Amino acid sequence: MTTELFIQYLMAGITYGSIYAIVAIGFNIIYNTTGIINFAQGEFVMFGGMIAISLLQYMPLPLAIALSVAITMLLGALIEICFIRWLKSPSVLRMIIITIGVSIISREVAVHIWGESIRSLPYFVGNEISSIPVFGARISPQVLWVVAASGLMVISLGIFFKTTSVGREMRACASNRKAATLCGINTQNMVTLSFVLSAGIGALAGCVMSPITYSQYDMGTGLAIKGFTVAILGGLGSSGGAVAAGLLLGIIEAFSVSVVPLAFQDAISIAILLIILFVRPQGLFGSKEAAGLSEV
Amino acid sequence: MKKLLSVLPLFGVVIGIHLLTSATDTMYYLTQMTMSAYYSLLIIGLCVLMGYAGQISLGHAGFFAIGGYLSAALTTNSLTSYQESTLVRMLDSMGMLLSGNNLYGEAFLVVTPWAACIIAVLTAALIAVIIGIPVLKLKGHYLAMATLGFGIIIYRVTLALEYFGEADGISEVPPFVLLPGLSVSGDFSARVQNYYIAWILLLLGMVLLLNLIDSRVGRALRGIHGSDEAAEAMGVNTSRFKLQTFVLSAVFAAIAGVFLTHYNGGIGPSEAGVMKSVRYVAIVAVGGMANLWGALLMGIVLNFLSMRGVFGSYDDAVFGLILILIMLFAPNGILSINIRYRLKQLFGRGQDEEEGGQR
Repeated sequence: MTTELFIQYLMAGITYGSIYAIVAIGFNIIYNTTGIINFAQGEFVMFGGMIAISLLQYMPLPLAIALSVAITMLLGALIEICFIRWLKSPSVLRMIIITIGVSIISREVAVHIWGESIRSLPYFVGNEISSIPVFGARISPQVLWVVAASGLMVISLGIFFKTTSVGREMRACASNRKAATLCGINTQNMVTLSFVLSAGIGALAGCVMSPITYSQYDMGTGLAIKGFTVAILGGLGSSGGAVAAGLLLGIIEAFSVSVVPLAFQDAISIAILLIILFVRPQGLFGSKEAAGLSEV
Repeated sequence: MKKLLSVLPLFGVVIGIHLLTSATDTMYYLTQMTMSAYYSLLIIGLCVLMGYAGQISLGHAGFFAIGGYLSAALTTNSLTSYQESTLVRMLDSMGMLLSGNNLYGEAFLVVTPWAACIIAVLTAALIAVIIGIPVLKLKGHYLAMATLGFGIIIYRVTLALEYFGEADGISEVPPFVLLPGLSVSGDFSARVQNYYIAWILLLLGMVLLLNLIDSRVGRALRGIHGSDEAAEAMGVNTSRFKLQTFVLSAVFAAIAGVFLTHYNGGIGPSEAGVMKSVRYVAIVAVGGMANLWGALLMGIVLNFLSMRGVFGSYDDAVFGLILILIMLFAPNGILSINIRYRLKQLFGRGQDEEEGGQR
């Protein structure tokens, strides 16, 4: 393999990897505050991209993206308020089935609004053929947007959780919900907020990835499975782990193309998921303790 | 034996539907009733796994597809070019191959449907064991995701392999001759015959499962559902029972796949899709999870309506909505809603409404 090809694959891996990492962080935010895995996480990404594409007809790109993220956040809040908030200590099986139902409904709404066609946002800078040379390889400027946006999201989320009072309240809610309630934190609102946040970062990821990977009504399931793989791989609940695992999975996937047919690419990441679940359910970077907590 | 008697009234209903459709000249309904019966065979198997053993599976369309696809590929794809290989010769000497000339006069050599059916079901069972041993150690979200992942892998494989016809699937699958004069096929003249084949198969499956859940195994499974640890402490070999149920439900799914594929004369990748698995789970949930009769009834009704095209392009949406509504308002199934209690509440003491039901 030549150096150029190597870098090309590596960059593709990093691009997809950072998207997976963002989806995984979306899973983690909701998981931390509620103990629920939101199977509709991939649909937030889909909605983000699709809404922005529709809005683009009426307004400039940055505004369309901002509005799309805001609308998706609202959707996240609505989903939580309608389907989750008023359930009193529901069983895990029940929550799984409800979030799966939400994801199906979202997909069906999308297919009836936007149809089955594949759409995409325009490149933020330049177009399909513009490229930046990196060590002899040529990469699209959009790749830099994806990586930068993902990095920015991870850093700002970190700052949000560490320094702001709302972020601290959310973390309190994550570590012990009852104790947080006793301290006067409105845990129900924190749960809604976690859905809003996770919808927001999902939607933003959906916008920046749209020019490269395109948007389609049924893109959610595949993304959700990969995001979950990454969340597990990095240790459920850990953001740093999600980033590392996301990049790892993205790179493995990108390089796997040179060994196995493209049709099996998804099967490979799912096989990784299964192996990790069987061998090391606490993830590569998670502790035994975390695994014990997360076992429901 | 008692269980056999308990399904007899249902068999009366089956005959009744036949007579009714033939009297009203709506025999075409029997086609969808036949297909619904096969899907329901899978659903009652899944019901025992989910409702009684408490293990969710989002990959049962995968087992259905393994049964259907293997049976279709073995009975349709000609082995003429492998005629000299030892395996083919061995199958031939066991009388498991069928040769002849097709419509265009080309020679073909395929596996007989009976042999293909047995191979397909055994393969599904084997895969269920291999997958089941590690997967059933998982719980909750992990189990759901792992089975979902398994389903997607099967879907990808059917899409990617030329042997399985890629996106086109396999068509022109020959009829499955059960006995001379009795065959599973979509042939117009065999409609009534197939209707009864499907329903007798379904009722036999029902008798088997009803017996199972009323036996020691059934009690053990309910124990596992209640609490893994408690059942284990009482001396129940939880992992063995879980695995047995998983394999049994996979076999039910595979048999349904084999028969429906021969009946339809073909199979496509959509049968292995995630949406199908979710649909099966939805129907079990609507039926009330641990309620075989509910699962059977809902399996027939919902599949029949869906295949008649009642839901139009909102087919998947309807199942999604059903799933959410049932889980939100009646997690014990639609049959569990106590209508009299609700009505009394509505008309008797209006103020107490808030406290009723599942809230």
